[in-house]
Amino acid sequence: MTALRPDLAIIAREVAAGTRVLDVGCGDGALMAALRDEKQVDARGMELDPANVAECVARGLSVIQGDANIDLADYPEGAFDYAILSQTLQTTMRPDLVMEQLLRVGRKAFVSFPNFAHWRVRLSLLWGGRMPVTRLLPIAWYETPNIHHVTVDDFRALVRDQGIKVEGAWFLSGDRLTSAAAANFRAEHAVFLLSR
Amino acid sequence: MTSRVGLDCNITLAGPLALDGGGALAPVDFAYETYGTLNADASNAILLCHALTGDQYVASDHPVTGKPGWWTRMVGPGKPIDTDRYFVVCPNVIGSCMGSSGPASLAEDGKPYGMRFPVITIRDMVRAQAMLLDHLGIDRLYAVVGGSMGGMQVISWAATYPTRVASAVIIASTARHSAQNIAFHEVGRQAIMADPNWRSGEYYADGKGPDAGLAVARMAAHITYLSEQGLTEKFGRRLQNRDAKTFGFDADFQVESYLRHQGLSFTDRFDANSYLYITRAMDYFDLAEEHGGHLANAFRGSATRFCLVSFDTDWLYPTSESRNIVHALNASGAPVSFVELSAPFGHDSFLLDVPDLNRVVDGFLKAGGQ
Repeated sequence: MTALRPDLAIIAREVAAGTRVLDVGCGDGALMAALRDEKQVDARGMELDPANVAECVARGLSVIQGDANIDLADYPEGAFDYAILSQTLQTTMRPDLVMEQLLRVGRKAFVSFPNFAHWRVRLSLLWGGRMPVTRLLPIAWYETPNIHHVTVDDFRALVRDQGIKVEGAWFLSGDRLTSAAAANFRAEHAVFLLSR
Repeated sequence: MTSRVGLDCNITLAGPLALDGGGALAPVDFAYETYGTLNADASNAILLCHALTGDQYVASDHPVTGKPGWWTRMVGPGKPIDTDRYFVVCPNVIGSCMGSSGPASLAEDGKPYGMRFPVITIRDMVRAQAMLLDHLGIDRLYAVVGGSMGGMQVISWAATYPTRVASAVIIASTARHSAQNIAFHEVGRQAIMADPNWRSGEYYADGKGPDAGLAVARMAAHITYLSEQGLTEKFGRRLQNRDAKTFGFDADFQVESYLRHQGLSFTDRFDANSYLYITRAMDYFDLAEEHGGHLANAFRGSATRFCLVSFDTDWLYPTSESRNIVHALNASGAPVSFVELSAPFGHDSFLLDVPDLNRVVDGFLKAGGQ
């Protein structure tokens, strides 16, 4: 699993073997393939980009073209052990509603996102006075798909308001794990494991 | 006596084939072709289901038109449906006119059935195919693949014989005919039946069939197979072999000339009564209705893997129809892949050059063997 993106590697490590997983926004299916091949997971995917879907199907993965904002509603309740949303929450129309859907179709959910309160982002905004363009947020404001920037503390507040339980949290600085202390300042990237 | 496998096979099975409309068909004639070799444990068989006016000549030259098979892009050595790897069976559907039992077949009295042929359904076609596979010694299919009406047969296969289908590929299809689908078909049927040569379907004796009516039916249907964008790009308002409008009713426009040609050439290879019967079968198709009104019930407990493909310019069976099936499959927990591909050719995209379609079918089928 060394080839996986760091947040995906964490998720791949934490998912229990032999479970049913829905990867929402599965991209080219790298995580699904790893889960299938190394943990005998029954993995299903949803992906907006048809070229990515074609790539996934060509890899033998079960992926449907769909939009997390709309199509999660069509899955029955509790259909999956885990629903995964990696680096996608900040691109959705209504992150709060997508979170509700994730924990409706999945008994647990992994959510990962870039932390907008990382010190580099803060400095960039403070000193530059412009919307930050950083390694994890590399696209200018007018064309970024990230329409709902979120910080670790914002996310914790949303989870609390929604009555969702945090079962685990991992924070990344660069490609390395960093401590939870002052994560809102020090983490570039966060991964949360949630349940109802 | 022809061989059981290979090109241009024919077999008559005793039946009876019980029909959805009541009654039965016996005996049942089958015309079919096979490609590739069935392996020792009969586990590499793929059933190909053809569309409304398709036939068994999927990858061999058509005996009437001399044209190459209708899906040579997809079927053959090294193609996604790889005849070096799979044993491919493509039967002509019952109701058709290329050798399987249909209205032009002879009834017990030695005369063509005509309109005495029973009205059949998509599921009847599927049950007939199951009879043929029994005869060929194939119990479980590696895959069933089809586009358009072929896709209806695939989905009906998965619902009717869930344990016999390992993988199902449903392209540019639907689980039910919409009001608009039925309406277009009705235009075609009325054109045939309004032709004085139709004579209630009894035109076989003197060979003068309702060609004008059948041609109009084909012209109307052909429009539904193309996208507006495709028609505009291909023809626009260009004139046919002339510099100015004639102020008459000749085929001034290229699109008129094209449609007339499509209509006329169709009458050389297709039987008008078969057109009535098969369009009826499609109009009657509503898989949810067969399962208490809930499409998901059709797939409950199914172990079949599904792959659905739609095309963004197909307005005959638009993406929403495929999504309807995908939702039902999700609800029943079946493994399903779905993608809407971008292609300019409308409904006909499934027959034409869409490289992503080949990639998807190839990958999906190969993964079924893992």
